[in-house]
Amino acid sequence: MLRYALKRFLSLLISLAVASLVIFVVIEVAPGDPASFMLGLNAQPETLAALRSELGLDQSRPERYIEWVGGMLQGDFGTSYTYRTPVTEMIGDRLWVSVPLALYALFLSVVVAFPAGIYAASRRGRAGDIGVMGATQLGVAVPNFWFAMILVLIFSINLRWFSAGGFVGWDKGLFAGLHALTLPAIALALPQAAILARVMRSALLDVLGEDFMRTARAKGLTARQALWRHGLRNALIPVLTIIGLQFSFLLAGSIIIEQVFYLPGLGRLVFQSISARDLIVVESVVMLLVFSVILVNFLVDLAYAAVDPRLRART
Amino acid sequence: MTLLTVSNLSLSIHGLRILDGVTFSVAPGEIVAVTGESGSGKSMTALAAMQLLPKGATTTGHLMLGDDDLTQMSEAALCGMRGNDIGMVFQEPMTALNPVQTIGRQVAETIRVHEPSVSRAEAEARAADTLTRVGLPQDRFPLSRYPHELSGGQRQRVVIAIAIALRPRLLIADEPTTALDVTTQAQILTLLTRLAREDGMGLLMITHDLAVVADMADRIIVMRKGQIVEQGETQALLHNMQHPYTKMLFDASRHEVNLPAAPAPVPLLEVKGVCRDYHLPRKTLFGAPGTFRAVDNLSFTLNRGERLGLVGESGCGKSTLTRAILGLEQVQKGSITVDGQPVFTGTKPNLAVRRKMQVVFQDPFGSFNPRHRVDRLVTEPFHLLDTPPQGAERSRAIDEALTAVGLRPADARKYIHEFSGGQRQRIAIARALIIRPELILFDEAVSALDVSVRAQILDLLADLCSHYDLTYLFISHDLSVVRTVTDRVLVMQSGRIVEAGETGQVFDAPQHAYTKSLIAAAPVLPDLSQSVG
Repeated sequence: MLRYALKRFLSLLISLAVASLVIFVVIEVAPGDPASFMLGLNAQPETLAALRSELGLDQSRPERYIEWVGGMLQGDFGTSYTYRTPVTEMIGDRLWVSVPLALYALFLSVVVAFPAGIYAASRRGRAGDIGVMGATQLGVAVPNFWFAMILVLIFSINLRWFSAGGFVGWDKGLFAGLHALTLPAIALALPQAAILARVMRSALLDVLGEDFMRTARAKGLTARQALWRHGLRNALIPVLTIIGLQFSFLLAGSIIIEQVFYLPGLGRLVFQSISARDLIVVESVVMLLVFSVILVNFLVDLAYAAVDPRLRART
Repeated sequence: MTLLTVSNLSLSIHGLRILDGVTFSVAPGEIVAVTGESGSGKSMTALAAMQLLPKGATTTGHLMLGDDDLTQMSEAALCGMRGNDIGMVFQEPMTALNPVQTIGRQVAETIRVHEPSVSRAEAEARAADTLTRVGLPQDRFPLSRYPHELSGGQRQRVVIAIAIALRPRLLIADEPTTALDVTTQAQILTLLTRLAREDGMGLLMITHDLAVVADMADRIIVMRKGQIVEQGETQALLHNMQHPYTKMLFDASRHEVNLPAAPAPVPLLEVKGVCRDYHLPRKTLFGAPGTFRAVDNLSFTLNRGERLGLVGESGCGKSTLTRAILGLEQVQKGSITVDGQPVFTGTKPNLAVRRKMQVVFQDPFGSFNPRHRVDRLVTEPFHLLDTPPQGAERSRAIDEALTAVGLRPADARKYIHEFSGGQRQRIAIARALIIRPELILFDEAVSALDVSVRAQILDLLADLCSHYDLTYLFISHDLSVVRTVTDRVLVMQSGRIVEAGETGQVFDAPQHAYTKSLIAAAPVLPDLSQSVG
C-alpha cells in the first residue's frame, strides 16, 4: 500500500513539473505584451522598457520560468500587472469562495446521486428506474445558468429565502457563508448529480450481473443485502473516477455560475485577468487549477486502492 | 427417504420452453450427476433447485426439499433455505468470489446471515475450520487472504467452503471443475465426493463431461433439450444404454479418428533453445525489475506433414510459445524458423514466413468480427499475400474453403451470428485453410465445443489431413483429444518440455513423473467391453 502511494506521489510530482512547463510555454507564445497593453497604444518606448524591466519581462525565458516556479514553491505567485497586488493574496481570497462552493456542490451531488442511482439500479426497467433516468436526462440537458436563474426567481425574488447574489464572507459565520453559497451550489450540483446518478446506476448494474453476486444470493442473502454488501463497493471504482473529475470541473468550471450570482470566485478572476492580459495571474490560477486536478487524481488513486485490494498488490 | 424430489418440472423463460417435465430425485449422501450438451437445460435445473431463476421464468411442477415445496415458498423463506439447507458451487471460480472482500469474511458471511446471534469472532473461527476442511489450512491460507491471491483451484475450494459452511443437506455443483486443470480437477472432485460421504449430504453434480462423473456419481441423468432422456444407476446405465442420445454422447466423448500416415521427416518448424522472459513489477522503487521465464530453453522440430500435440496445464507457457511461433512476440534467446527462415526479423514479424502459418483459436464466439460477412472473415489472411486473389478467383477460393470444412458456398453471404459454435469453428478452420498455409496452430481449438460437435470437428481435421497434407501443432489441455489427432506429443511444464515422443507411447508408458500425474488425473470413460458390472 505504501509503495503504491509513493509511486502515485512520484507520478504527481512529475505531472506537476510537466504541467508547469506547458503552461509557461503556452502563455509565452500567446500574442500580446502585458506592458504595452497596460500603457495603451500611445506609450513612449522608454516608459514601456522601464515597465517591462519592472515586471521582469526583459529577462530570458528560462530565467523567468525558474523564477516563477521557485516563487510558487515558496508561496509567492508574483505581483499582478494590473492590480499591483500580490497574486497570492488575490488567489487566496478567491479560494475561500471557490473551494467551499465546489465541495458544497460535490456534497449535494453525491447525496442526491448515490440514492438515486442505487434506487434506479435495484428497480431496473421498472417505473422507479424509468422515472429516475428521465429526471437525470433532464438534469443533464438543462443548462445550469438557466437553472440558476430559475432558482433565483423562485427562492430569492418570490420566496425571499436566499439573497440573489454576492457573498457575505466567512467572518459573518459559517451558516451565513453556507447560506449564501446554497443556491449556486444547487445550480452547480444539478447536472453533476444527474451524471453521477447515471454512472452509479450503470456501474451497479454491471456488478449485479457478476458471478459473485449469484454466489452471494446462493448463500442466502436477499437481493437487497447482496446489493449493499457486495455490489456497492465493487461499483465504486467508476463512480470515484467521475467524482474526481467533477471536483476539478466544479473548481474551475463555475465561471458562469459565479457571474450569475456575483460571487468573487476563481472563475471570475481568470476571466477578468484574461481580459486584462494579466498573464501572471492567469498563469498562477491555471497552475493552481492544474495542481488541484492532479492532487484530486492522486487522492482518487489512493481511494481506488482503499476500495480494491487488487490495486494494492499490483502497485 | 429422498432429499430432493423434482416432479414434472417445466420451466419457460418469456414463453420459451427450457425444461419439460423433468422428474428425478436425490437421496441423502447420494451423488447424482446431470449431464448433457449445451442447451440441454442442466444448468437451469440447478438454478431451479435454488429458486434463483432469471427474470421472466415461470415454472410448473414441484421441487420438494424434504417436505417443503420450494416452488411454493416465499422469497424470505427461500433466503433462509439457500446456503443453509442447499449450498451451491459454480463453474467459474475466478469470478465467483467478491474481489474486494477477504475469503474469511465471505465464508463467515454464510454463517452470520443464517445465524445472526453468532458473534463475528465465532463465525470467523468456524470459517477457519471450514476452510481447513476443504484443504485450505490456516497457516498457509489465513482468513485475511483476498481471492486474487489464490489460484483457480484454491478459489474453488473457497467457493465450496462458502457452500458447505453450514453443512447443508444438499450441495449443487454446476460444472465445478470445467475451468480447472486436470490435476486440480481431480483434487476438487475427490474433495466433493469426500464431503458428500462425510456429511451424508446429497450432491447434485451438473457437468457436460461424462468421464468426470463416470467414476464418482451413484446415478446419472442424461438431459437433452430440456428433457430427461435417460436416468439410472451409473454402472447399469453405462453398460446398458437405452437411448440413442446417451450412446451418441458416450461415443462422441471418446471419439477417435484415423490419421493418414505421416510422410518421411523433413523439418518444417524448428524451435531451437528459445527463451521468453517477462518483466515482473519492481520489488523496490529504483531496483531493477525481476524477470519471469515463461519459456525456458525450449527446442523441438515439427516435420512437414506431421501432427504434433502440445499438452500442459495453465501457466506452463503454451500460449507464450504459440505467440512466439506466430512471430507476435520477440524471444530473448534462441531461434524459431519455418522452412529455415526466421519468424521474427529485427523488431518485426517476418511476413514471408507469417503467410505460411495460420491459427485457429479456442473461442468460436469471440474470434470473429460480428459486423463482417463470412466471405470477408475467411479472406482475412489474404492481406498477407503480395497479390491477393480478386473477383472470380477470390469467390472460388471462398467456395473451396467453405466446402472443404463442410459448409455451403451460399454461407459466404451470412453473418457470424447465424451459425452455431461448431459451424463457427468450421469457419475459423476455413479462414486458416484459405491461403493454403504450410503450418496451422490449433490453440485449444475444440475445448469450447460440445462433445458431439467436437467429434465432428475432429473428423473434419482427419479428413483435411488426407486431402491437404496438413501440418499442425495442436495445443490442448485435453489429453484424450490430443491422443487421437496427433502423431507425436510434447508435454510442457513450467516453460520446459519434460517429455516428448510418439503420442501412443507417451500416453501408454509415460516416463516423466509430471506426465504420469497428468494422465492419472485425466478422467476416463470406463471400458465397456469388460464384464457388465
